[in-house]
Amino acid sequence: MHKGGRIIASLIIFVGLFTIPFFYNMGKANAGPEIDAQQLANFQSIEPSINMVANHPQLFNQWRNQFVQNGQTVYVNSEGKSIDISLEKLAGDSSNQFCVSCHNYTAVKPTCWDCHSGPEGARK
Amino acid sequence: MSVNRRQFLKRAGALTALGLGGSFVLTGIRGKIADAASQTPSYQKQKQGLVAKHWAMVVDMSKFKTEEDIERVIQSCDTIHNIPDFGNKKDEIKWIWKDDFEHTFTESKNEYLTENFKELPFMIMCNHCENPPCVKACPTGATFKRADDGIVMMDYHRCIGCRFCMGACPFGARSFNYRDPKPHIKTINPDFPTRTIGVVEKCTFCVERLEKGLKPACVEASKGGLIFGDLDDTNSEVRKIISSKFTIRRKSELGTQPSVYYLVGGEESV
Repeated sequence: MHKGGRIIASLIIFVGLFTIPFFYNMGKANAGPEIDAQQLANFQSIEPSINMVANHPQLFNQWRNQFVQNGQTVYVNSEGKSIDISLEKLAGDSSNQFCVSCHNYTAVKPTCWDCHSGPEGARK
Repeated sequence: MSVNRRQFLKRAGALTALGLGGSFVLTGIRGKIADAASQTPSYQKQKQGLVAKHWAMVVDMSKFKTEEDIERVIQSCDTIHNIPDFGNKKDEIKWIWKDDFEHTFTESKNEYLTENFKELPFMIMCNHCENPPCVKACPTGATFKRADDGIVMMDYHRCIGCRFCMGACPFGARSFNYRDPKPHIKTINPDFPTRTIGVVEKCTFCVERLEKGLKPACVEASKGGLIFGDLDDTNSEVRKIISSKFTIRRKSELGTQPSVYYLVGGEESV
């Protein structure tokens, strides 16, 4: 190859420069939230028939409408367990970071805690 | 073995019928199993909650003698409902407040009223009207009348802050959050939500307490000055008072049918 050594060397430098951001951020950006397995299991047990992590906003919207509009303040889930509808009870005390850690990771900023008292750091 | 056209069609038809029929049976069975394993989720009311057909209140004016009687009642509401104090009249948020006779019963005012009457402070709150004009004005359904107990409720989630309801309410019972209320609440009660900037709020007859089996906070704090009960129940205290004594309502000529009755001069008859 004519001037092969130079071409290959500059290619290596180019690829190196181009991938610096990937190496620089390796392992940082993808560090997922630390979620307690027991809390996650409790969260899923609220309604076992659906995937709570994916569908809890829809369920909570239903709860909200039933609670405020119809005065129905108890949810009976698919296993017959009664749950008091309350964001405050659900989110736990202010030190409980279960909701916040996941929402922060996925960059979801629900407006619930603009009014409802919630965990530390929920309100931005 | 050769198959002629007729035989081929027959067999193909039979197989198709079998396949379709079989799948119907299978889904049917699966559905049955799923039904047995779980029930459809449902919603209920709290068991200990107070129920009524038509909540109403009687304000017994003879029980409000001193400034302290009135302040105690207002404070009881303000603290549990996270009502902010902005320190000026313009932005004031009020759920229950006091005013004089002239401004409470504008239509009955006359210049020869006794001094005593002119200075009497009246407790005022949302009247929870039977024909609430605020509900008709609301474009989003954020304010509505509960069909089962007649309470005029607010859904802050739905309020867009247009303030039509404030214009529609003849009693000034609604307040608007022109500013973020959170920094102006002395101590936040974590069990009750605050409101945000841009929503309207008002008295809700303490629905959150009724569902726990408790009477409204102001009724509890009034030591008998406010009487709360079911107007549809002929044996309730409110019904007995209203049907046996002379009570007045604010601006009854407007036809909104307020549910708050004022027992004026109750002293002499008791």
